[in-house]
Amino acid sequence: MAIVELKNVAKNYGSQIKGASSSNAVDDFNLVTRDGEFVVLVGPSGCGKSTTMRMIAGLERNTEGEILIGGRDVSQVPPKERDIAMVFQSYALYPHMSVAENMAFSLRLKKRPAEEIKQKIDEAAQTLGIQHLLERKPRELSGGQRQRVALGRAIVRDPQVFLMDEPLSNLDAKLRVDMRAEIVKLHKRLKVTTFYVTHDQVEAMTMGERIVVMKDGKIQQIDTPINLYEFPANRFVAGFIGNPSMNFLPAKHVDGVVSGDGYRLSLDAAHRASMATRGGADVWAGIRPEHLRLSDAAATNRIEGTVDVVETLGAVTMVQLSVGKHSVSAQLPGHRKVQLGDTLTLTCDSDKLHLFDSESELAIARESTAAPSAAEA
Amino acid sequence: MNSNRFTNGALGVLAWGVALLIFFPILWLLLTSFKTEQQAFTVVPNFFFSPTLESFKMALAQGSGYWHYAWNSALTAVASTVIGLALAVPAAYAMAFYPNKRTDFLLVWMVSTKFIPAVGVLIPIYLVYSAVGLLDNALGLTLLFTAMNLPIIVWMVYSYFRDIPKDIVEAADIDGASIMQTLFKVVLPLALPGLASTGLLALILAWNESFWSITMTDHSAATLAVYIASFKSAEGLFWAKMSAASVLAIAPIIVLGWFTQRQMVRGLTFGAVK
Repeated sequence: MAIVELKNVAKNYGSQIKGASSSNAVDDFNLVTRDGEFVVLVGPSGCGKSTTMRMIAGLERNTEGEILIGGRDVSQVPPKERDIAMVFQSYALYPHMSVAENMAFSLRLKKRPAEEIKQKIDEAAQTLGIQHLLERKPRELSGGQRQRVALGRAIVRDPQVFLMDEPLSNLDAKLRVDMRAEIVKLHKRLKVTTFYVTHDQVEAMTMGERIVVMKDGKIQQIDTPINLYEFPANRFVAGFIGNPSMNFLPAKHVDGVVSGDGYRLSLDAAHRASMATRGGADVWAGIRPEHLRLSDAAATNRIEGTVDVVETLGAVTMVQLSVGKHSVSAQLPGHRKVQLGDTLTLTCDSDKLHLFDSESELAIARESTAAPSAAEA
Repeated sequence: MNSNRFTNGALGVLAWGVALLIFFPILWLLLTSFKTEQQAFTVVPNFFFSPTLESFKMALAQGSGYWHYAWNSALTAVASTVIGLALAVPAAYAMAFYPNKRTDFLLVWMVSTKFIPAVGVLIPIYLVYSAVGLLDNALGLTLLFTAMNLPIIVWMVYSYFRDIPKDIVEAADIDGASIMQTLFKVVLPLALPGLASTGLLALILAWNESFWSITMTDHSAATLAVYIASFKSAEGLFWAKMSAASVLAIAPIIVLGWFTQRQMVRGLTFGAVK
């Protein structure tokens, strides 16, 4: 258990690898964890999340900045002296060793007494429900069982930090959901500071105490899942977090109303205040599909379009509309009958509306108005 | 269906034909070794004769020195293979798990040394060997065999190491293993089938080598290749005895190959099928 600090960490492959670009794979990464925190690094492939984790592990050296584990600068320390354990996407079990030997490997290298090793393996096996597999070889196990063994191998070491690199992405959908819950439970029990890399925003939202959203090697936002959802810092985060993802419409702002071809949305007081103090009228209006509902043409906030795609999922019906030249998706109640080609009018509440600068794509935050609002975070 | 069966049958016959064609010289060698010198010399091929072990007796006789040559062959082949593997494993390990910009070039360069005709480097090597007293010397021949096979051994071991997922090596690194511990406890056990077939191939190549053996040795370090060549003497060719000697020279390696062929095939195709 330890606090992990990353200060201005950067990775530049430079001339190290043939054909690598000269720009930083990870740039100016700053983060301080709490002791025992579960931090998820999430982003599209190539965003630098795995590189960041590999730098914490010591499998890659950071070319700039400092990495501290429990207050000790480990930037120049080899992986085995960092007191970390890692779970790989491929599990990386030793194929020629039994499950018990896999779990015992690190302890045997540390020359721990045999009884202690046995006891730790038994404990971990019990926690993970793999007692009956201890004598098997990895090739005799299913994907889910291998995953448990990989977790077991990490647990027996009592490390200061757990690193998990997309550990669930090789499992089928149902097993993934089960293991997700199990890893969270395991973390609650062991309270070891954990970094978890995934490209799946659902995994990030359900597991992370804090989420680091990355893109192109740069941190976009670090926050709790609910804050990422409610107060995304920029258009990328807004589009990445939340499923289905947010709709974006280019709009012009005039007098507290943003509008474009086929849509007209009025701002709430807080957004009006922030728009009043900034120049430029071009913005991106962002609305989440789940905040849209059917309405009549008389609504103040309205989006009109024709139905292109209807996906009936049972509980909800996903609808895609053509609104002017843009496409908008909406999540409607499942019992609602919608036909292709229908013209629909949708509405949403002004306080659910997000605004982003059309150039920088940064969120235009709500100005705190007279009453202290929850929006200031 | 029918035409399919016919095609299969024809292909079978063709395969057997090609196999027989390739195997025929060895078969003929084997037959000749059981003939008398007179029978061996007949112009009309003769498949039916009463076999005699006369030639084998001669070839193995006290004065023939078969055991002396066989010992040299075994010694140089085994020693060069062991030294070759010992040198190749660390080299391949570095290139497979810690590659840099020059790794690809280095690999190609090493194998390209095999493109040079042996005669091209014969004179310099001969002069150097003569100066340092390694001519007709088992150590000298072992070093030559090692140098001759090293590029192939490195290349093969490298490709087996490359088949080991890098994650496993990194997992060992994080688990606290030193490079030596990773090598001996993780990488080598996983690459064992590949190492075995590489070693076997090196062994066969060294055992079968004749150019360097004949040129660089005279008697004391001479191998079975020299022994066979010695039957082409001034008094004429002794087909039957030469055949018997050849059978004795190739028998150990064929028997070895026979017993390990599954291992060989598995090892040789290991990296190919992915």
